[in-house]
Amino acid sequence: MTILEAERLSISFGGVRAIDGVSLSVARAQVFSIIGPNGAGKTTLFNLFSGLYLPQEGRVRLAGEDVTGLAPHQLARCGLSRTFQNLQIFFRMTALENVMVGRHRHECTSILADLFRFPSVVRQNRVTERAARDALDRVGLKSELDRAAGTLPYGALKRLEIARALASEPKVLLLDEPAAGCNPVETQELEAVIRSIVKDGITVVLVEHDMRLVMNVSDRIHVLANGRTLAEGGVAEVRGNPAVIEAYLGVHGSKEAPHAVD
Amino acid sequence: MRGWVSPRLAALGVLAALIVLLPLTFPSAYYYRVAALVFIFGLAAVGLNLLMGYAGQVSLGHAGFLGIGGYAVAIGPTHLGVPGWASLLGGAVISGLVAIIVGRPILRLKGHYLAVATLGFGLLIAIVLTNEAGWTGGPDGMSVPRLQIHDWRIRSSEAWYAISGATFVLGAMLAYNLIDSPTGRAIRALHDSEIASGVLGVDVARAKLVIFVISAIYASVAGSYLALLNGHITPDIAGFLRSIELAAMVVLGGMGSVIGALVGAAILVVLPQTLTWLHDYEHMVLGLILMGFMIFLRQGIVPSLVEALAGRRP
Amino acid sequence: MAEFLQFFFSGLTVGAVYALVALGFTLIYNASDVINFAQGEFVMLGGMSTVFLAVAGVPLPLAALLAVIATIVVGLLLYHLGIRPAREASAVALIMITIGASIFLRGAAQVLFDKRFHSLPHLFGSEPIRIGGAAILPQSFVVLAGAAVVVVLLWQFVDRTLLGKAVLATAANRLAARLVGIDTRRIVALSFAVSAAIGAIAGVLITPITLTSYDVGTLLALKGFAAAMLGGIGSTLGAVVGGLVLGMLEAFSAGYLSSKYKDAVAFLVILGMLFAMPHGLLGRGRIERV
Repeated sequence: MTILEAERLSISFGGVRAIDGVSLSVARAQVFSIIGPNGAGKTTLFNLFSGLYLPQEGRVRLAGEDVTGLAPHQLARCGLSRTFQNLQIFFRMTALENVMVGRHRHECTSILADLFRFPSVVRQNRVTERAARDALDRVGLKSELDRAAGTLPYGALKRLEIARALASEPKVLLLDEPAAGCNPVETQELEAVIRSIVKDGITVVLVEHDMRLVMNVSDRIHVLANGRTLAEGGVAEVRGNPAVIEAYLGVHGSKEAPHAVD
Repeated sequence: MRGWVSPRLAALGVLAALIVLLPLTFPSAYYYRVAALVFIFGLAAVGLNLLMGYAGQVSLGHAGFLGIGGYAVAIGPTHLGVPGWASLLGGAVISGLVAIIVGRPILRLKGHYLAVATLGFGLLIAIVLTNEAGWTGGPDGMSVPRLQIHDWRIRSSEAWYAISGATFVLGAMLAYNLIDSPTGRAIRALHDSEIASGVLGVDVARAKLVIFVISAIYASVAGSYLALLNGHITPDIAGFLRSIELAAMVVLGGMGSVIGALVGAAILVVLPQTLTWLHDYEHMVLGLILMGFMIFLRQGIVPSLVEALAGRRP
Repeated sequence: MAEFLQFFFSGLTVGAVYALVALGFTLIYNASDVINFAQGEFVMLGGMSTVFLAVAGVPLPLAALLAVIATIVVGLLLYHLGIRPAREASAVALIMITIGASIFLRGAAQVLFDKRFHSLPHLFGSEPIRIGGAAILPQSFVVLAGAAVVVVLLWQFVDRTLLGKAVLATAANRLAARLVGIDTRRIVALSFAVSAAIGAIAGVLITPITLTSYDVGTLLALKGFAAAMLGGIGSTLGAVVGGLVLGMLEAFSAGYLSSKYKDAVAFLVILGMLFAMPHGLLGRGRIERV
């Protein structure tokens, strides 16, 4: 069943066609990776999916419904969540509070109730806190919850963002370069987290440069170059695709590729 | 995780005790008046702090809402025959409505554009209040009939001390409640990252508007109290200097601290009263305070103190 | 027709002052991203200092010169004591610093001078010249000529001198300018000095017509900012155009609609521009990368 679909998406920035007629289709409970050389438009595509950019052409469908042009908070309500390449952590809040904000779309209180601290709000705070703790536990940050987010190391912050996105119980989770700046141990832990997320039925769409992670964890890979689709398929397919190799390594490099140690 | 009594509840308790016990130190009615002024401006500052300190927006025209609240309790009884307390509520409602109408477009702006837009808005209100002399008495202002509830005519400084003190505690309590709630977390989140909050389901535009309206209502009530306490009102209440004073109180006391708002208000109200020889230099001092804090102690007094104390404990 | 011409000339005259204030804003903003709210006080200081020096017996031309120099010193002090120490301050914090400075200067003027209105003698007499039925003060032409001279001098400075090029470079990209060896702090200080001078000159020229007092600065700063916004903040040509347009809008709305709300025009312009055209008539838009 297709959970996320893009149909001929296009967007230009002042004359530069950043995304040009990209179509893709993501099946449920899969890990779908989007790769490509720098400047290929991967984050732009994510921004289009998450409502931060408005496409000039094309449609986006989430669980069958046309969600093109919806604002980010509306998309969140439809079950889409994401992390960011340049962390967008709430640095002034604690780790726990960060993840509690992730629960926002499941919280139901009114301004009045919040102002006068009705019992419903006290209850809601407790429920939210518990769910946030669980999410932090899942990414291995249980011990850090009361620390101000600004004091956490980089790797922990990346996991914090994932916990925060998970707390919103999305149908689709967009992960924007979660392994960037992570050492091999952290990357392996990340792999395990991604697998456990998918096991719970959440679809993961991944943008990544770390090829080992991508090859290990993906079900399908979509290759972007210069804003256009270069190739799509399973891991082995894409790996051996000469056009893909050329895009990454250049014409010269692609001739050397078969001789590279795996 | 938390002790039996949360730190916020403790702060409120101490505050309430302070309000009850402080008068024992007052040698004359004058002190009641000054304290009442501290609570009144403190109330407005708490509201503005929610907007500036927690939500990270800026309003350099907030005295406009002081003006709306103040003139409501002047115009209502004088020209419309509406009793004082009803005019106060009416003023709060009008302020809320104005905040909704003006807030929607204005809060789309950021940084210095937002600062100047709010500055312009505040001045616009002051201009209207100055010009519509038929209603407002023009630049010289108008007198404000004393608040009357049934047979009780409220005009003593002691009575206003009690009223403004109680209202401040209520206002502080509501502010604390709001901060520790889903709405409060959403607002603090958008301060740090509007993009991430949006992606997590926060309707950022709506959240900003809500806090703007709440802060407007706080200021309106404070303005009404001010007018009723003084028995007179002039368009200066909504002027540029007033708006900057309010912002200075928030900055001074500490952005993101409810108690800080009271501290800031206390300093900027009491200082001119005690150092009367300073009177001619009042503006120079205000300017220097604003500059000094924005350059050297941007966090404000209370958060800096809290940090310093926390640093000393093992 | 006579009425129209009357409004046109008074609009042009006051517009020239707004243009100079806006120019001052733009110079400082371009060099340092600071919106200097004390810009209006520079104008006030120019006028008030000249008045009080003249009253103290100093001959008028010398008094004006000294007033401009004094204002330049104030501008430099503002930069060195107010702006330079504020490391990593946000745009809002910087605006609040300059607002604090403007309130301080206003308070100082109150104490140093007094709270009354003051005037200066007209340069060419106060007998109005009749043009097409409108009565125009000779001082208006002085203001316009003065403003034109300032704009031309500034233009030549930026276009022809090396220092002027350095200013342009700093405005375009501060980091790059530093990397090629330009001392950007001196450039920013220079921008404050020049803005102060421009403001003071405007103050001296306009005082015979509009009078001056310790608190004219605030409204002028706001109107100058409105003019800068109208023309596009960051564009020097825009500042001049914006100032003249704002002056006209004010004069015509005061004449044909309501003179009570003359001051409101500037704010309505600000609000309108911010929503409709945040980059002004001539400004350049900046593309934000997410």
